[in-house]
Amino acid sequence: MLHVADLGCARGGVAVLSGVSFDLAAGQALVLRGPNGIGKTTLLRTLAGLQPAITGEVEMPEEAAAYASHADGIKTALTVTENLAFWAEVYGLPLDTGVLDRFDLAQFRNRQGGTLSAGQKRRLGLARLAVIGRKILFLDEPTVSLDTGSVAMFARWLQDDHLAQGGIAVIATHIDLGLDAPVLDLTPFKSAPGTGGGTDEAFL
Amino acid sequence: MIALLKRDLRLALRAGGGFGLGLAFFLIVVVLVPFGVGPEREVLRPIAPGILWVGALLAALLSLDRIFALDFEDGSLALLATSPLPLEAAGLVKASAHWITTGLPLTLAAPFFGFLLLMQPEAYGYLLVSLLIGTPALSMIGTFGAALTVGLRRGGLLLSLLVLPLYVPTLIFGAEAVRRGAAGLDASGALILQAGITAGCFAILPFATAAVLRINLR
Repeated sequence: MLHVADLGCARGGVAVLSGVSFDLAAGQALVLRGPNGIGKTTLLRTLAGLQPAITGEVEMPEEAAAYASHADGIKTALTVTENLAFWAEVYGLPLDTGVLDRFDLAQFRNRQGGTLSAGQKRRLGLARLAVIGRKILFLDEPTVSLDTGSVAMFARWLQDDHLAQGGIAVIATHIDLGLDAPVLDLTPFKSAPGTGGGTDEAFL
Repeated sequence: MIALLKRDLRLALRAGGGFGLGLAFFLIVVVLVPFGVGPEREVLRPIAPGILWVGALLAALLSLDRIFALDFEDGSLALLATSPLPLEAAGLVKASAHWITTGLPLTLAAPFFGFLLLMQPEAYGYLLVSLLIGTPALSMIGTFGAALTVGLRRGGLLLSLLVLPLYVPTLIFGAEAVRRGAAGLDASGALILQAGITAGCFAILPFATAAVLRINLR
């Protein structure tokens, strides 16, 4: 379902990764590893379509992917329910309020986003993924600022609700989520220094 | 699209949304002018259309940098860019939301402010119509400018420098329509040109906005 071949990506006009290839079938997850700055975020952003690949190709079904960044995209002036309802509506789905229980947010449903703690915000950001119903998830450090209980809760959702129903996830993380997923270390794909990104950014 | 519009309007109306800021600024500009040039009817009356248009334009400028900056900072812009909603539609919705929260209140309040400047009574209708036609263009051009400067720290000043020259045609024809209305002349030519500028902006700028956002999100 997700086919990545010989993918090269650049950040700020400098090529960071080249020759990344993998295939994922429905129900599979892939964990990305590698030291800081190796290009995990860049790879995920390239896969999500936020920036163009410099080489290679990515094949996946249309309108199937979703991206979750370091930032949660939570509006501080909106309540928890309003935040989730907005994303559900953007993706054209009804809001299933069971998601609030699944991510332990039910007691905060009418609290404004700005009054949540960092971990609660993260849980709300992850709950968005359950609301929008996309099959292919690109997750960038989804467990940052989560306590161990919440990490386990998220891993359970990922395994039981997402992957078990034929979803795919590519996850950059340093924490062992306890998923039955192969690990891809990005270190061998590091671009040789000095190779240009091939975009106008290098010129600028 | 409706979801984004509802969200943006709700955010603008909640605390910290800046709703009413433009209106208050407009009022202050209009009140300050008589202090500067004197309260005489002969002085104020001929310059009232120009002052009202410049005031409305500056007030619309105030809230431009919020259009994308907040969404960019909290990450929702990147999430929107990967959502099924095309960025072109997002740009259009953002401009509409800006107009509803800024341009529309300015338009409705302008006749009252015209009263403060002792404007010719015949010109009120023209002021209302020209602002109604012209302010959407201000919001759309401003949205494009906001997209251009979205990644920059303190891009507000640069945004003003980029956007103000683009406001010139709307300002010229808007103020001209009101002036002609006040003088009892036919203002339809100026109003039609203004409508043309607005329609052109809405036809082209959502695409330019989306293209610029894609580059700035890289």
